[in-house]
Amino acid sequence: MGQIDLIDISKSYDKQKNVLDEINLSIEEGEFFVLVGPSGSGKSTLLRMIAGLEDITSGTLKISDKIVNHLPPKDRNLSMVFQNYALYPHLSVEQNILFGLGAKKVNKKEQQKRLAETAEMMGLSELLNRKPKELSGGQKQRVALARSVVSEAPLCLMDEPLSNLDAKLRAQMRIEIRRLQKRLGLTMVYVTHDQVEAMTMGDRIMVLNDGKIQQVGKPITLYNEPENLFVASFIGSPKMNMGKAVYSMNQNQLVIEDTLRIAQGPDMDDIPGNIDLTVGIRAEHLLPGTAENTTHHLEAVNVEQLGNETLIAFDVGSTLWMAKWLGQWDVQVGEMVPVHIDSGNFCFFDSNTGLLIKSANFVKEQEVVSI
Amino acid sequence: MTIPITRKIIFYLLLIISSMLVFSPTLMAFVMSFMTNQDIMTGSLPSSLTLDNYVKAFNQFPLLKYLFNSLVVSIVIMLGQLILSSLAAYAFVFLEFKGRDLLFYVFIATMMVPFEASIIPNFHIIRDLGWIDTYPGLTVPFFAMAFGTFLLRQNFKQIPKELREASQIAGMGDFKFYLTVVLPVARTSLVTLGVYGFLTSWNMYLWPLLSTTNDSVRTVQIGLKQLQTQEQLNDWGVIMAGAIIVVIPTLILLFLGQSKLQKGLTEGALK
Repeated sequence: MGQIDLIDISKSYDKQKNVLDEINLSIEEGEFFVLVGPSGSGKSTLLRMIAGLEDITSGTLKISDKIVNHLPPKDRNLSMVFQNYALYPHLSVEQNILFGLGAKKVNKKEQQKRLAETAEMMGLSELLNRKPKELSGGQKQRVALARSVVSEAPLCLMDEPLSNLDAKLRAQMRIEIRRLQKRLGLTMVYVTHDQVEAMTMGDRIMVLNDGKIQQVGKPITLYNEPENLFVASFIGSPKMNMGKAVYSMNQNQLVIEDTLRIAQGPDMDDIPGNIDLTVGIRAEHLLPGTAENTTHHLEAVNVEQLGNETLIAFDVGSTLWMAKWLGQWDVQVGEMVPVHIDSGNFCFFDSNTGLLIKSANFVKEQEVVSI
Repeated sequence: MTIPITRKIIFYLLLIISSMLVFSPTLMAFVMSFMTNQDIMTGSLPSSLTLDNYVKAFNQFPLLKYLFNSLVVSIVIMLGQLILSSLAAYAFVFLEFKGRDLLFYVFIATMMVPFEASIIPNFHIIRDLGWIDTYPGLTVPFFAMAFGTFLLRQNFKQIPKELREASQIAGMGDFKFYLTVVLPVARTSLVTLGVYGFLTSWNMYLWPLLSTTNDSVRTVQIGLKQLQTQEQLNDWGVIMAGAIIVVIPTLILLFLGQSKLQKGLTEGALK
């Protein structure tokens, strides 16, 4: 029994197509829970249903074991941060922060106490008399956060709060929000379309697509053992390299995209040979080949130098595969580059159902060693 | 932007000429209000300037009483319009109910019906209520205003709906949200609408003429008409003096509110 329980929650606007389809989910107290998915997947709708801003078409929503389906937002004891911050343009920062407390009839002395604490914590003490339009994006974001902190609601909902900020500020705010959540012991439900944000901030992540739950779990689990093709391609940057594979038992080879031939290893024993397969391999497992272990030569079609690592796109049949190599590699476009591919690094998916057959087991062993 | 000097000269010349054309009646009225009747009738330039016409205008007619009536009527209409329009606009933007948009379009469609068309039914209602020669009779028929509702609705629509949602979560009701957020944020448009409403009602002629029968509540525009006589020769100097006095509040409001008025009326036109 968590703090928020969603039982068979569905939502439809036109009574025909479900925007959200039978969502079952339990969010624990003090957890940083991230809802992630492409736009139109229904993640914001789900959040707004928890907030009480959207009606629930069917199913039960419980907050702290109380059914709240028909409770107005103000009685759900939560706070929310919006994408565009939703600051009142005519009020000063101080008035903005205290706006909600006035409506909840918190007495003046308590208000001032909370204001002072929050402003101190968020570094807003100097800005209390400014209007929102005199603030930078990051400062506005902090005011919006302060407004939700000052309400002292145990549950905080955030709807893509960082998407209006530039990349640098976003990285900084990510850390700040995470710290704040831990410090105050808030239960956080956080919506984003950015999988990097999801990976770095969430205690648990739920991947949503087309109104259906794709997978719920710890970030690292989603990365290592994606339950289906969607999660595999959505989580991770650059995304997992995918290819159609034909498994030819008699030749003891796996043929990927009609170009790559992989010798059968012990890892492939339990893969059924009679179905359409899709294999996936992470960019960091497409290793540079040395004189001893080179398995293939691939044509480089694009090279991105990031300084600390090099991203190389290889031509594999009809698709491009990205490799991420540590350090700086002097690779020319058009060059045939030696690479090392270990069959243990492959994830196997059923092409028809999209479901995972077998994850890359090599990864896990490596992880255990490196920890 | 830089414009060649010759073209600039032509532009300014044209502007000066057209502004003279537009402004000349007002200017003439202004000058005539200081002229003696003799000068006006002979059509000569003023031989001497005098304030007699103004003194006469105030003595001959209860001009102050008319001005006061006009002020009361205009302010009441302005406030009534602001309150009703903003409440209606709020409902059309922030409250969700079935047929809201349809209702709005029907409402807007009434803008196409001129007031003159509904003047007879309105008159009947006022008469049956016994509101002839009263302030309510002069003002209430103008409270509901499709244009004002339209203007404010467009303005309210620019308020992000997240503001409403944020205040919902904070536990704020509709009315409090309307008072503490919507009205202050839409201040400019409210001022615009207020000035517009005030000026329109200040210049109203037909309705006050119909719904008043004596001087007790009669407005200044009717009073002005009374300065003209049908039997005798018109005393143009006095009439012009009266007209100038009547125009002054309008001008003051226009000068003060000009920038805001323009901003408000064109708001939402761009974007």
